[in-house]
Amino acid sequence: MTDASLPTNWFSRLAHPGAFLSWSRGWVLPASLLTIMLFAVGLWYALFNSPADYQMGETVRIMYIHVPNAWLSQMVYGLMAVSAIGSLVWRHPMADVSMKAAAPLGAAFTGLALFTGSLWGRPTWGTYWEWDGRMTSTLVLFLMYLGLVALWRTFEGQSRGTRIIAVFTLVGSLNIPIIKFSVDWWNTLHQPASVLRAGGPRMPGEILTPLLVMMLAFTVLFFTLHLVAMRTEILRHRANNLERRHVSARGASAARVKS
Amino acid sequence: MIDFGPHAVFIIWSYLGTALVVALLIGWTAYGARTQKKRLADLQKRGISRRSASPSNSGDR
Repeated sequence: MTDASLPTNWFSRLAHPGAFLSWSRGWVLPASLLTIMLFAVGLWYALFNSPADYQMGETVRIMYIHVPNAWLSQMVYGLMAVSAIGSLVWRHPMADVSMKAAAPLGAAFTGLALFTGSLWGRPTWGTYWEWDGRMTSTLVLFLMYLGLVALWRTFEGQSRGTRIIAVFTLVGSLNIPIIKFSVDWWNTLHQPASVLRAGGPRMPGEILTPLLVMMLAFTVLFFTLHLVAMRTEILRHRANNLERRHVSARGASAARVKS
Repeated sequence: MIDFGPHAVFIIWSYLGTALVVALLIGWTAYGARTQKKRLADLQKRGISRRSASPSNSGDR
């Protein structure tokens, strides 16, 4: 076996933490710049270059930040669920890192979805909150994210904990289709699907454009943060391992001196 | 000033709140990355490095 040589096969480059660290370094700056550009264009459209809605007026502009956050809250959980499968089935080292890095980010975006949705609901429906299917299941999702973040902190550095967290993540993923289809299954204030639906989106172009640009901006933002957070997690593992080895080596040499 | 209609305060607070949380997320992520890099650099200064790290490959990049 060659020493210290990084794997060349593309899948191994993805899986090996050292290889990941090496190739991902060059992506951080371009991803950050792309995020900034997308937000600049998206905000220009959202705030200055799109019309008011004929029914809800200017408050439609809240949709341009609420929907991306709601989309991210579900997409990030989906990513964590896929990572959980990778962790449980293949013991993929990067799968654990991906799950852990995504959890606090997903929690933040879900919190923002609830916050912006609430501020949109007050002028549109007359209420900040309603215990309907969509809002309740999204609140449950937020609490799940917080629970997973707490679990990661509890099991810091224990590989057994990773398996438990992966199982919890997968069980919780049952909530995602509930959120998505709640607006079809149950009576709700929340409007039904208007973008990701059979038959395509049913919004006019001037409203759809800022929405899609902002969705892309938030998505690229998440992947940029996720990339940096995964790199940080690998570095944290390395530092922990080095400290642990150093402490045990000192302990062993002290024991030799004593005897 | 742009006219955001009679419910402008909701629009403004949505955008401000989102901007604040996103800024905190970015700051926290960047701070975490810097902290771990610094930790590894300190360990290397103390002569504690990875078995696979050669002098030219500092192992923390």
